[in-house]
Amino acid sequence: MAEGYVYFPGCSLKSTGVAYEESLLTLFRLLDVKLQELDDWNCCGATSYMAIDEDSAFALSARNLALVHKSGNSQVLAPCAACYLVLRKTQDYVQRYPSIRAHVSSTLKAANLPMAADSVHTRHPLEVLYNDIGVNRIRSKVSRKWQGGPVVCYYGCQAVRPYYEVDKPVNQSRMEELLDAAGIPTVNFALKTKCCGGSLTGTIHSVGLRLNYIILKEAARKGAKAIVTLCPLCQFNLDAYQSEIRRRMKENLDMPIFYFTQVLGWALGGGTRELGLHRAISGTTLVKQWFSAAKEVAAHV
Amino acid sequence: MSNQNGSVRIGVYICHCGTNIAGTVDVKSVAERAARLPGVVVSREYKYMCSDPGQELIRSDVQEHKINRVVVASCSPLLHEHTFRKAAEKSGLNPYLTHMVNIREHDSWVHVGQKEEATRKADDLIRAAVRRIRYHKPLEKGYVKIQADVLVVGGGIAGIHAALTLANAGKHVYLVERDPTIGGHMAKFDKTFPTLDCAACILTPKMTAVKAHPNITLWTLSEVTAVEGYVGNYEVTVTRHPRYINEELCAGCMQCVEACVYKQARFDDEFNEGLGKRKPVYIPFPQAIPQVVLIDPEACIEFKKGTCKKTCVEACGDRHAIDFQQKDEVKKIKVGTVVLSTGFQAVDPKKVPYYGYGTYPNVYSSMEVERLINASGPTGGEVVLRDGSHPKSVGIIHCVGSRDEYTNKWCSRVCCMYSLKLAHLIKEHTGAEIFNFYIDMRTPGKGFEEFYQRLLQEGVHFIRGKVAEVTDWALDKSEEGKLVLRVEDTLSAFVRRIPVDMVVLSVGLEPHADAQEVRRLFNISCGGEGFFTERHPKLAPVSTFTDGVFLAGCCQGPKDIPDTVAQAGAAASEALALIDAGQIEIEPNTAYVVEEACSGCQTCIGLCPYHAITRLEDKKKATVNPVLCKGCGTCVAACPSGSLRQNLFEDEQIFEEIEGVLDYAR
Amino acid sequence: MQIERKMKQQREAHPGWASEIAQLPGCEKLFSCIQCGTCSGTCPLSIYMDYTPRRIINLVREGFQEEALASQTIWLCASCYSCAARCPQKIQLTDVMYSLKREAIKKKLFPKRFPIPVLASEFHKMVAKRGRSSEMWLVMRMALKSNPMILLTMMGTGWQLFRTGRMSLRMEKIDRVHELPHKSVGATEVH
Repeated sequence: MAEGYVYFPGCSLKSTGVAYEESLLTLFRLLDVKLQELDDWNCCGATSYMAIDEDSAFALSARNLALVHKSGNSQVLAPCAACYLVLRKTQDYVQRYPSIRAHVSSTLKAANLPMAADSVHTRHPLEVLYNDIGVNRIRSKVSRKWQGGPVVCYYGCQAVRPYYEVDKPVNQSRMEELLDAAGIPTVNFALKTKCCGGSLTGTIHSVGLRLNYIILKEAARKGAKAIVTLCPLCQFNLDAYQSEIRRRMKENLDMPIFYFTQVLGWALGGGTRELGLHRAISGTTLVKQWFSAAKEVAAHV
Repeated sequence: MSNQNGSVRIGVYICHCGTNIAGTVDVKSVAERAARLPGVVVSREYKYMCSDPGQELIRSDVQEHKINRVVVASCSPLLHEHTFRKAAEKSGLNPYLTHMVNIREHDSWVHVGQKEEATRKADDLIRAAVRRIRYHKPLEKGYVKIQADVLVVGGGIAGIHAALTLANAGKHVYLVERDPTIGGHMAKFDKTFPTLDCAACILTPKMTAVKAHPNITLWTLSEVTAVEGYVGNYEVTVTRHPRYINEELCAGCMQCVEACVYKQARFDDEFNEGLGKRKPVYIPFPQAIPQVVLIDPEACIEFKKGTCKKTCVEACGDRHAIDFQQKDEVKKIKVGTVVLSTGFQAVDPKKVPYYGYGTYPNVYSSMEVERLINASGPTGGEVVLRDGSHPKSVGIIHCVGSRDEYTNKWCSRVCCMYSLKLAHLIKEHTGAEIFNFYIDMRTPGKGFEEFYQRLLQEGVHFIRGKVAEVTDWALDKSEEGKLVLRVEDTLSAFVRRIPVDMVVLSVGLEPHADAQEVRRLFNISCGGEGFFTERHPKLAPVSTFTDGVFLAGCCQGPKDIPDTVAQAGAAASEALALIDAGQIEIEPNTAYVVEEACSGCQTCIGLCPYHAITRLEDKKKATVNPVLCKGCGTCVAACPSGSLRQNLFEDEQIFEEIEGVLDYAR
Repeated sequence: MQIERKMKQQREAHPGWASEIAQLPGCEKLFSCIQCGTCSGTCPLSIYMDYTPRRIINLVREGFQEEALASQTIWLCASCYSCAARCPQKIQLTDVMYSLKREAIKKKLFPKRFPIPVLASEFHKMVAKRGRSSEMWLVMRMALKSNPMILLTMMGTGWQLFRTGRMSLRMEKIDRVHELPHKSVGATEVH
């Protein structure tokens, strides 16, 4: 098991996804694993930068990998799915395409940075928890009994495609296994990797809205009371628009949308505020029922 | 005819090959210059050397001008080496005193428009050949006798047909089959396309004919475990696995099955694709050949605990056919030729996980549905879902595990047709609404397109689009409890959601999991996809590069029953041709050991890809088996003492060729 | 009711364009497409697109540049990679879509005042200059430059984010801006 990791927060974790950062740091602290934020990291570029300029998009992302290398690390943790994908893709494409490699190389050289784009490995916390820390260790550190209903695990897109290191290509199960080790009941549903629309909720709102509506509806239909996710944009999309969905679709959907780090952190004894559980927009009634300060004590095993 | 320059009299013949050669090479001047080469007595150019008059030129020159070496400058030896050797032989010359020079594929065809250079190159090549041929020795062809018995490996329809054809021709056949019964995949089908013939009805008569035939020795539950020897003289070891029943004594009455202590059948029935259950003592299906039961030692209590009442033995009574002590039996046989008809395996639908096989209960593979439809299957011919109810809507997905970089890249050839067949049969049995999802509709055979028309008329939906996923995701009440298929209907230009009760995956055909082991046993090749390689894809589809080993059926590539039977007949007839010829000629372009020079270092033995070299233990020297030797030259090149030489590629011959082709020889 | 003539003549096709696209990283298997439609079948956005992904591939292969590059399809693509993960020919459609987005901008064929390319452009400008994106400012700029009505619809969400401490009003910037890649010649403004 590794002693610690350098981690790449990405832009979302400092604003709409701040609860992800809070719960990630809390969870890893409870597991005695150090996390160090990468110094002077820059935006990964996500999907938008690539739409305008491909070579620079890889170079932009490669700067982060170079900084990781400079800090003496060969791995970096990227919790945001989009950041994870961009960094991982950079690592891959720089090796496969000489034209991309050349551009990245010259940009890094001009910036006096090492060409480490292909030697730094990008990892996602879900897979780090599963592979490095392990299900058994998590089980052994559980100090609270789950007080809530069954949940569905929603993996989204970019962490699980097109690279299959975070989980297998179809019928993903690692999040379920981790939650199971923490005593959290899960139900399966067919939409666990159906796209939430990403930035479409901001641009073509009706389309984005419906993509989230169908996920919420199917989760509810399968008996889930909440959704657990691993991407800040998915969490935001599923969380921020439920009142509008209730109005438009005339359906009574009101589900908390958690990060897997939040629910695992709670099972391991983390406090509701330090896990960012107070930042929920939807499903707040259930959040209060399952996670109050009183519950923090009462649920102790 | 000695090698010395004096008595060598060379005839050089330059072919025009119409304008193929003469259009680029100035054949007249080449012939004139060739006439002046040392040792050349006649030098001619002619329009078509391979024709009768052309060959007659050679013959008359041998007569009149006492030619004793022939150089023909024309096309590739692959085409006409045999022609000119035969022409020399007919003229009374040893055929190996001829040599061909390729001035077509190696010269005129690749240097079009460069007349001067091409002509000069022809000069160089002919000069090389003329120098070389002075060192040719007369050689004799070898002959290998062909043993008349034949081994057929695999008892599906291909093996059955090949075995019957050979047996009817009076040859003795060993038919070795790995399963407890012959019949293969065809025995599992209900009806066959496009005629909708009942598969069992057309197959079982052939199966009983195999059993009854005096010339066929049928060994089931048996595998080939070792093969030694060469064409005409194979020594094969067959291991017969125990069925714990004495085949001679069993009458096929099945009283033992009735009497088994397991009152209910409890073990997954392999023949019924795991959809039915059987007892530890069982017969695969009622028309199995041989009509003998077998015992599964993994399931039988007597094997697992030793404490069974053995009611089966009691029921068998006076026949005493049950023998729990039966062991593997090793048989060694000698055969002259082998026909491989080991068949295919269906693609495991779990390899395409987004179709939900194994996740959702009502997703079936096509093989499972064949058993459901079959009247002697686990449900008596009722096409039902796992809960026993009848489906009202069925989706059949083509190309599962075919045309797919993630599983198999090839088209499995039969799935479009069998998907049409299943659509027809399922509709007939259930009246359900049927949807076939395809990428292309491949109906190449006789009556196949007409069958497609019939299905179109029956009102089956044909949607051109590969289903993207099968899930239980329901958008509204109409989809709840069903399997929803999301697909682009490319022809109507809609993306559609189609809820069905049952999904049938039309799985492709692939080589058996152990195809590589089998092909190594018989010393043949497999292609990149794993099917056995034929000698030539167009002109030699049933023979292999290993003489005496033939291929029949899907082990060579996916195909339907008519093509399989045709190929089996072809393989049998090619084996018969060998057997009836009684012997085959061995080309003398083989390596040989000059014993005095061999130091016994054994370098050559491990290098030979054909295992043709062995060590003579008494003399401690290497020896080459000319029948197995293919003349690849590896050992000759590697031999440190130079004691390994090769006929037709002797050192002097090669060095003379090199000298001849170099510039300074002009 | 408008009646339109839809015949496509071969002179309208751009020969060689498909080969150009196929040279770009990730687009190598463009010509292997067997038009099975798996991509469109699995794409969550295909039901909103003017041309489905499968049709776009064929438009590119046949050289119908204007249709392909002016489509809404390439912008509606959410880069979810479902198509690329399922394509039986392993065509990396997502990379093809990115390439077409860039071509559309280069050739100025994208739908005007369409929020998505505007968002991409504003994102690019912000990150190229400052090294980080500031979500709130980004959304505001995107809306103002494409469809200001968006801001009104987002007011409720904005309040929720503010209330839960998830809205940052800072304009983020990295320290060593000089290490960022320079804006390349290809990237143009999208207004």
